[in-house]
Amino acid sequence: MASGCVPSSRLPSRCHRPIPGPAPPWNCLGRSRQARDPGAPPPCPSPGDWLGRRMRGEPVWCHRPYPLPRSLVRVMAAAAAVEAAAPMGALWGLVHDFVVGQQEGPADQVAADVKSGNYTVLQVVEALGSSLENPEPRTRARGIQLLSQVLLHCHTLLLEKEVVHLILFYENRLKDHHLVIPSVLQGLKALSLCVALPPGLAVSVLKAIFQEVHVQSLPQVDRHTVYNIITNFMRTREEELKSLGADFTFGFIQVMDGEKDPRNLLVAFRIVHDLISRDYSLGPFVEELFEVTSCYFPIDFTPPPNDPHGIQREDLILSLRAVLASTPRFAEFLLPLLIEKVDSEVLSAKLDSLQTLNACCAVYGQKELKDFLPSLWASIRREVFQTASERVEAEGLAALHSLTACLSRSVLRADAEDLLDSFLSNILQDCRHHLCEPDMKLVWPSAKLLQAAAGASARACDSVTSNVLPLLLEQFHKHSQSSQRRTILEMLLGFLKLQQKWSYEDKDQRPLNGFKDQLCSLVFMALTDPSTQLQLVGIRTLTVLGAQPDLLSSEDLELAVGHLYRLSFLKEDSQSWVAALEASGTLAALYPVAFSSHLVPKLAEELRVGESNLTNGDEPTQCSRHLCCLQALSAVSTHPSIVKETLPLLLQHLWQVNRGNMVAQSSDVIAVCQSLRQMAEKCQQDPESCWYFHQTAIPCLLALAVQASMPEKEPSVLRKVLLEDEVLAAMVSVIGTATTHLSPELAAQSVTYIVPLFLDGNVSFLPENSFPSRFQPFQDGSSGQRRLIALLMAFVCSLPRNVEIPQLNQLMRELLELSCCHSCPFSSTAAAKCFAGLLNKHPAGQQLDEFLQLAVDKVEAGLGSGPCRSQAFTLLLWVTKALVLRYHPLSSCLTARLMGLLSDPELGPAAADGFSLLMSDCTDVLTRAGHAEVRIMFRQRFFTDNVPALVQGFHAAPQDVKPNYLKGLSHVLNRLPKPVLLPELPTAVRIAALQCMHALTRLPTPVLLPYKPQVIRALAKPLDDKKRLVRKEAVSARGEWFLLGSPGS
Amino acid sequence: MVGGGGLLENANPLIYQRSGERPVTAGEEDEQVPDSIDAREIFDLIRSINDPEHPLTLEELNVVEQVRVQVSDPESTVAVAFTPTIPHCSMATLIGLSIKVKLLRSLPQRFKMDVHITPGTHASEHAVNKQLADKERVAAALENTHLLEVVNQCLSARS
Repeated sequence: MASGCVPSSRLPSRCHRPIPGPAPPWNCLGRSRQARDPGAPPPCPSPGDWLGRRMRGEPVWCHRPYPLPRSLVRVMAAAAAVEAAAPMGALWGLVHDFVVGQQEGPADQVAADVKSGNYTVLQVVEALGSSLENPEPRTRARGIQLLSQVLLHCHTLLLEKEVVHLILFYENRLKDHHLVIPSVLQGLKALSLCVALPPGLAVSVLKAIFQEVHVQSLPQVDRHTVYNIITNFMRTREEELKSLGADFTFGFIQVMDGEKDPRNLLVAFRIVHDLISRDYSLGPFVEELFEVTSCYFPIDFTPPPNDPHGIQREDLILSLRAVLASTPRFAEFLLPLLIEKVDSEVLSAKLDSLQTLNACCAVYGQKELKDFLPSLWASIRREVFQTASERVEAEGLAALHSLTACLSRSVLRADAEDLLDSFLSNILQDCRHHLCEPDMKLVWPSAKLLQAAAGASARACDSVTSNVLPLLLEQFHKHSQSSQRRTILEMLLGFLKLQQKWSYEDKDQRPLNGFKDQLCSLVFMALTDPSTQLQLVGIRTLTVLGAQPDLLSSEDLELAVGHLYRLSFLKEDSQSWVAALEASGTLAALYPVAFSSHLVPKLAEELRVGESNLTNGDEPTQCSRHLCCLQALSAVSTHPSIVKETLPLLLQHLWQVNRGNMVAQSSDVIAVCQSLRQMAEKCQQDPESCWYFHQTAIPCLLALAVQASMPEKEPSVLRKVLLEDEVLAAMVSVIGTATTHLSPELAAQSVTYIVPLFLDGNVSFLPENSFPSRFQPFQDGSSGQRRLIALLMAFVCSLPRNVEIPQLNQLMRELLELSCCHSCPFSSTAAAKCFAGLLNKHPAGQQLDEFLQLAVDKVEAGLGSGPCRSQAFTLLLWVTKALVLRYHPLSSCLTARLMGLLSDPELGPAAADGFSLLMSDCTDVLTRAGHAEVRIMFRQRFFTDNVPALVQGFHAAPQDVKPNYLKGLSHVLNRLPKPVLLPELPTAVRIAALQCMHALTRLPTPVLLPYKPQVIRALAKPLDDKKRLVRKEAVSARGEWFLLGSPGS
Repeated sequence: MVGGGGLLENANPLIYQRSGERPVTAGEEDEQVPDSIDAREIFDLIRSINDPEHPLTLEELNVVEQVRVQVSDPESTVAVAFTPTIPHCSMATLIGLSIKVKLLRSLPQRFKMDVHITPGTHASEHAVNKQLADKERVAAALENTHLLEVVNQCLSARS
């Protein structure tokens, strides 16, 4: 075994077989078959009657190594059912051309003819006759090559008897001259694929190969052929091969011993893997099989540059690992090897060994690991403690995890020692004391090792936790500095998190129970510590403790909520503040009662104080406290029962502000709306909360807004504030967020109230709805009421697509009318957006066409002349956007209209900016979240459809409006993803852009110099453009930029 | 022109005809077809470089010829051999430097470029080649304002 191995100087004690890399690697054609050739007598070519001898019972195989083709012909003629029919002359010619003429073409021709039935295989053998018995080995080789090639194409046509005789022939030829062997192997490969192969012959072929062929002295291709033959038989003749017993395994060991080619190794490893996994008998050859494969470990192979075979180092590593880690029977040999390689200096060897160990743990048990555990632990510990490489550390921890899992998994006999306990106590012994030195380097590696082991099983977790927790608790109190305490608490957090992996049927057995009080008091100490970092870890630890079911008592929770309340107002320390809000949200979802009873009342009180402060005039600190309170209210609204308390609080607050005639600023109302929106977001995932929020908040907001829009003798401050653009926008986002996630059924309920409110003034569903006059936003002249169309838009444009909108026809006409009303841009734009949003979702058909016709008429009438041109333009823009998003055929027509307006002296600049709106994402309408129909590639499509026209328009346009086209174009390009844009740019555009860059050099040099390095760098890329004409421009532009401000230019 | 006032080393050089603009083919206008970088393209980059001494281009002096350009786009290599007008031409290094700089500014970064004297055409061929192949020396030369000025003049478009 060791004879072929080269001892490696780097890894001394074992025979390591590196796989040759670039230089001589892929073919070993140079090698000759010295093993057999020199002494062997030339093959005896003398003819004889093979069949006759067989009939007379003379031994044929032993004494006459070269059965005669003539006889093969005869035997096969007997076997073949089909009589030769086709003219043989052409075949003889082809055979002659191939064998004597050394042409390659005829082989395919003959194969094709046999395949199509023009000739039989027998006829080919007949035609080959004399070449197969030619005394010149080259000619014989050529003859057999032709036969083999025919068989490779036509093996499916062979009859069983033909196969038998061909196999006998080929087996015998294995003894022939070495020049002949490659062709013989090809023939056997073809026959190994034969379905008609009778039982017994596979074994016979393999025996012949094992006996006659010294595989490793063959060239790479032929070795590969041998592996193929074996693979083919293993696939189809498994039972038969197994009857060979361990001889098969031994034969294969000899075949692959010394293999060096990576392509062959991949196949050979696969075969070994199959031998093991399909349970072939290994007999006494387990160690030999291990040696013949493990000598490649760790894989040392660099693929040559421009490698056409595409074999990567990783392929070999993985396939070898599959072999080595496939059976516990290798354990006694493999584990020492792995330990040795982990201890080596080579990084890749360490990694590979640790990963292989990890893989082994899947099939090993305590028995295999027992003797090696101390060494394995020592190696892993050293790697994790000392390594500079994160990968080695990670693999070391992973291996330790698998080892512990493996030990935990094993079923023990009653009297056996539990290796897990002793293994873990080793780990604890080596790591414990490091945990007590939070300033030292080894504290974290030790914690990670313990956590890797503890994460492997519930048993390991119990054992480690019960040892480590008391230690860490004690250490926390021993150390007084915040930074040390933080390290200790963070380690503690890691162990607590591991607890979540295991569920305990009996909660009383949970190892944490005994430490709960100590843990809580420690966490509360951290939460009151002045150090933000310690606070943060404390907050995270509190969240993890809270996630343990039934661990915290109601007293603990009350204290915890108190701390979170305090931290929720620490706005100046924003990190802890954010973390506290997040923790409140997480814990409130788990403990709604605790938060309802201890936190929400406090926040409500805070809100009332805030209200009275508002009345008395602001103080900055009070104001920020008020904002914190609003944020905290939305943060804890993570449970339906809490939402039912917090949402009314916020809405009451709004009413309070409204009634109390307070000095409310728009920012106050906007803050409340933001809080409402966050609450709505938290409710989206829970259908019940979502509906509750929608049903409660929307009527309330609408009622407030409607009341604010009523004409009144003494207008309150809030009323004015509520109708401001920004405040309405904030309300729009609350309404949209509260609507998008409604189920279609519930949304359909809601729509039957809200649309009639706006169309018919039906206020019956609004709270406190005794308004002084009617609400008629579409008919009424008051601009205040019309502004509320934005709220209608927020609702109807967020509905799921299949919700039917009552009175849609009337609604669309009213919206259209209002969109071109010139008194208030805010309301006309809202109407246009609302119309567009509905249009986008409306199913194709007659009604959609009618709406579109109405819109086009309206736009055209408005654009003609008069006071409404700008409104008509806005309508056109939004309708175009609605159609562009859904790829509606009319969109191109409307886009063309919009493009035409670029030359309009009055609307041109607005039209140019309109392209920006077409290409960008809106937040309130026509959003994907709001169920709008947005096709994914609409920008790219818009770009390809419209850029040529824009460019053309630019060239044709008079000088004074050219900028509008450029601006429009730049908006389109700007919004396009760059990777999409660049290859899309036609050559002409790239050329023009480069010419522009060139032309820029004519500007005064001082203006350009600041950009010179940037431009030169950017122009390097088009130097490699795929089009020559572009490169030419890039060269001249870049050349000029180089000369800028340079001497001599 | 540098040396314009004094005596020229080769006052009366043989002048060769300029090749015309490369005709644009249909393939070059087709966006889909990639055009590989070929010898003619490299030649077009360097043929209009001005000679440091004469008001002529390197092409007109036959210092560069398309047949002496070897390029492989897939392998990202370019080799340019240039032929000084006389074997003792003191401008040979400067001409080589100009060609080198022109290629550095005009070719994609992936290219490895080799600029050398046509074998057997210059007395100190070996020394010049060595200088041109030395990245550090080329960089140092371009930090010399005077040299850079001359190179830039050679590379400026003739107005």
